Amino acid sequence: MCLAIPAEVISIDGDTAQVSVGGVKKEISMALVDDVAVGDYVLIHVGYALNKISTEEAQKTLELFAQAGMLAPDILGGQES
Amino acid sequence: MKYIDEFRDQKQARDIAKAIAREAHADRRYRLMEFCGGHTHAIFRYGVQDLMPDNVEFVHGPGCPVCVLPIGRLDEAMQMVETHGVILCTYGDMMRVPGAKRRSLIQAKADGADIRMVYSTQDALKIARDNPERQVVFFAIGFETTTPPTAVAIKQAQSEGLENFSVFCNHVLTPAALGAILNAETPVDIDAFLGPSHVSTVIGSGPYEPFAEQYGKPIVIAGFEPLDVMQSALMAIRLINEGRTAVENEYTRAVTREGNTKAQALVNEVFELRDAFEWRGLGLIPKSALQIRTEFSGFDAEKRFPVQAQPVSDVKGCACPEILRGQKKPLDCKLFGAVCTPENPMGSCMVSSEGACAAYWSYGRHRQKADQEGQSKGAA
Repeated sequence: MCLAIPAEVISIDGDTAQVSVGGVKKEISMALVDDVAVGDYVLIHVGYALNKISTEEAQKTLELFAQAGMLAPDILGGQES
Repeated sequence: MKYIDEFRDQKQARDIAKAIAREAHADRRYRLMEFCGGHTHAIFRYGVQDLMPDNVEFVHGPGCPVCVLPIGRLDEAMQMVETHGVILCTYGDMMRVPGAKRRSLIQAKADGADIRMVYSTQDALKIARDNPERQVVFFAIGFETTTPPTAVAIKQAQSEGLENFSVFCNHVLTPAALGAILNAETPVDIDAFLGPSHVSTVIGSGPYEPFAEQYGKPIVIAGFEPLDVMQSALMAIRLINEGRTAVENEYTRAVTREGNTKAQALVNEVFELRDAFEWRGLGLIPKSALQIRTEFSGFDAEKRFPVQAQPVSDVKGCACPEILRGQKKPLDCKLFGAVCTPENPMGSCMVSSEGACAAYWSYGRHRQKADQEGQSKGAA
């Protein structure tokens, strides 16, 4: 029920926007968000953009994941389990 | 797809699993309650539980709006169609839930009731515009994620003067459910929570802070992708090891401490707290749901179409209430996989695709039950 998926904003016309969900185009409402520009990614839920996705924060999270990988070989002596 | 594929990477998953195995102390258990059905789904769909060491266990929480809605509310929606002759619009999730006498909205529709499945509140508004001679009721369910779109629809109906549109409001609040679990007479044995992801995009991570402090349980706001869930589990394990009861946020790409203040303002303008609301499995919880403010009462279906459903008890033997409180797992239920399957669901945790029982069934955990039973028979 609370699922929301990332979509790229293609064009904005007042309170509605065209977005691309993995290449599939869709019209959504922008009534719940401010400061969203074409090219931004938003989370969409039941036809509404809920939030803008932060590119910088996404990158930081991916770096956190990578840290787990960098630590693992040191301690486990590089062996794959 | 961007922001999806990179959060499902298999190698990274193995690396995080190794980090978890390394950091989880072998001499203790870690019971982590994932709040949302979305998390439960990711855990089973991607086999996250199987990547965890034996002493790290996921306990499934109540975060499935379809699962926690009492049958009586569904029956009341059905009365609006059958007694008052309205067009009832609702999200697909509600359509298959069995109500009184095990009758669902989809069966009522087959019997001729005018029930329409919508994807968005905008679709419900369009149905109202296209049918000016009919009353259109939007059967609204969901947590804080789904509430702002309902608020937008009510405001829009007001500005358009759309008098044949109203909302049957069943929106509920996650912090109240968290409080009910922590305050339960027999509190569930958990060490930390993986907190809601998309609910938190709206309300922010701030509202969880009093719970972490008061009850001494760390809370990590967790995204719904498998790597998000695993990284959040790692963060929770670290908090437990350090004895810290903080709220941490793994899902920073979409969640801030403040949340979406524009959406919050809209919700506050249209809705107010209900004194109390009945939750399936959790009982009557004070101030746990929203109702439409008097200023918008013209759009309140409960005021426009009086209905009164009889309380309905759950099917005998169904463990949904205990499962929703995290006190039982689907495999502990006698009905699971025997008489209760997604094709013929007895309880709400099986009917909603994000319910814990549906997740266990869809991703093959019923085989585990068959194996267990086979082994115990073999031993006997």
